[in-house]
Amino acid sequence: MRAEPGPAYTVTFDGAQVAVLPGQTVAAALWSAGVTAWRTTRGTGEPRGVFCGIGVCFDCLVTVNGRPNQRACLVRAEPGDDIRTQHGTGHEHVVGGEER
Amino acid sequence: MSRSPHEGADGGTACPSLAVIGAGPAGLAAALAAAVRGSRVTLIDAGAQAGGQFYRQPAEELGARRPQALHHQWRTWERLRDGLAAQIAAGRVTHLTDHHVWCVERLEETSGFLVHALHGPAQEEPSVVRADAVVLATGAYEKVLPFPGWTLPGVITAGGAQAMLKGGLVLQGRTAVVAGTGPLLLPVAAGLAAAGAEVAALVESAGAQGVARHARTFAVHPDKLVEGAGYVAELMRRRVRLKARHAVVEAQGDGALEAVSVAALDRDGRVVPGSEHVIACDTLAVGHGLLPHTDLAETLGCRLEGTAVAADDEQRTDVHGVWAAGEATGVGGAALSLAEGHIAGCSAAARLAGREPDPRAWEAAAKSRAKTRKFSTSLDAAFAPRAHWAEQVTDDTVVCRCEDVPASAIREAVGELGATDARTVKLLTRAGMGWCQGRMCGPAVAGLTGCEPVPSRRPFARPVPLGVLARAGEDLPDE
Ligand SMILES: Cc1cc2nc3c(=O)[nH]c(=O)nc-3n(C[C@H](O)[C@H](O)[C@H](O)COP(=O)(O)OP(=O)(O)OC[C@H]3O[C@@H](n4cnc5c(N)ncnc54)[C@H](O)[C@@H]3O)c2cc1C
Ligand code: FES
Repeated sequence: MRAEPGPAYTVTFDGAQVAVLPGQTVAAALWSAGVTAWRTTRGTGEPRGVFCGIGVCFDCLVTVNGRPNQRACLVRAEPGDDIRTQHGTGHEHVVGGEER
Repeated sequence: MSRSPHEGADGGTACPSLAVIGAGPAGLAAALAAAVRGSRVTLIDAGAQAGGQFYRQPAEELGARRPQALHHQWRTWERLRDGLAAQIAAGRVTHLTDHHVWCVERLEETSGFLVHALHGPAQEEPSVVRADAVVLATGAYEKVLPFPGWTLPGVITAGGAQAMLKGGLVLQGRTAVVAGTGPLLLPVAAGLAAAGAEVAALVESAGAQGVARHARTFAVHPDKLVEGAGYVAELMRRRVRLKARHAVVEAQGDGALEAVSVAALDRDGRVVPGSEHVIACDTLAVGHGLLPHTDLAETLGCRLEGTAVAADDEQRTDVHGVWAAGEATGVGGAALSLAEGHIAGCSAAARLAGREPDPRAWEAAAKSRAKTRKFSTSLDAAFAPRAHWAEQVTDDTVVCRCEDVPASAIREAVGELGATDARTVKLLTRAGMGWCQGRMCGPAVAGLTGCEPVPSRRPFARPVPLGVLARAGEDLPDE
């Protein structure tokens, strides 16, 4: 499989420049740059990245342009995005299943 | 509440409207069948493009020159894709991409349904579609049973590796081990190898006999279940080591995956002592089968059968106006999803128009459905996850990835606090209460508790921002 993508653009990951192919998700862009972890868990601070790859597991949460809890496997990387490692889970702002 | 511009795909015309949720093989087949038979269809999917898991497409902008290199059944896909484009052009299908449905609400007074979705880059913008009937074609997600080290970056689900490859044209790392059980492991291993990864081993817990029989079946029915036959040959050509009746018992690494420990299994699925050996790798793609997405059906009150949505011969659920097709109704691969979707679309279009459908109209699809179901049942038996997996789950192994709940907490809830069902364990330990709402740890928690996995009765299929919920609350049914 070969790709002939449009011109690459850049985003930043924790301040460092990362090249992105148009259409790539944040997760795909980070993988291409050799980054496999961009979150630490709230409890034990373990590193995490992609697990399910299809938006179900929420392991790939990342902060994009100041918004926490974005699923890197779903969100498209846009030119100039400021992507940052997310520490903790930031539950507060959403309700899911039987939340507190 | 505020309505999005998408409201009323029926557009106020007399044409009955059908909302199809999920644009994988099942949803696409349903949407096309219903549209050509006179329904106005709104096809809604969380993805940026139609295709679902099987026909997952790279983003157009990526300009993949030969995406079919990663796909079998490319011609079927072209037919679906072109059919969809034609129906959209004719105004019979509206395709809402990037729409995450969190709830389908049944309207009591007026009959019909409201499909509530979130869209936008952060999936926080609400959108509502009104429809006279609904087809649930939400597919399945992958089940992974825990083992020490499975939370290390570099350990991903087998389907996830495939999805990242098909959708983003990316690989993680250089050396991969593919492990677990089930027919999905074959296309995943072959896909990774074709994309340039070194596949160090394919570790399958089922016995070689089962796998061999399965490989033969592939040779006879290449289009069944997974993109099959060519893959076995391809793996052999690439000299991928197939280790049947083996399991990955530990993932090792400091902050990221560096190696896996693989052990032989005896006939009962227990690790053979002393058989462990280490394989260096930076990617482990692991899966133990698929589980249907049933949340939307459950909220609607549809009956389940085991872990899948129950459907009759016409693919109707027991809730009037709700059809279900594809892997939401039981895992059986793309061919089965296509057949079920087609039948659901034909039936829904007829009934929406006030006609009694004639099953002869979908005879071929019904035949294919019957054959494929039989085939997938036999596969299920060959690829059951190994018994005794829990013996390798050490006390400090994380079971609930969202809430960081270790196996020791679950064992304590069962052993010392006397919990006998997954629900009580969940309340005592918080396992299953995090972001994924127990989708990932559900089977493991049930297994460690010693009970059958049960539907989890999630109120919503997706986490919902409070603001959206407050506004939608006005017309949500009382629980
Ligand atoms: C991650 C993964 C990868 C797979 N890869 C392969 C493969 O490479 N080869 C193979 O043979 N089989 C693969 N499979 C098996 C696959 O399930 C079937 O081959 C086939 O795609 C099933 O078709 P379907 O239409 O029933 O469901 P799917 O193809 O899963 O389609 C369901 C669709 O519904 C959408 N959806 C679900 N819930 C919602 C919601 N709440 N709101 C909006 N949209 C929603 C999803 O985005 C998806 O597009 C994979 C399965 C998974 C889980
Ligand atoms: S990897 Fe599972 S949600 Fe993104």
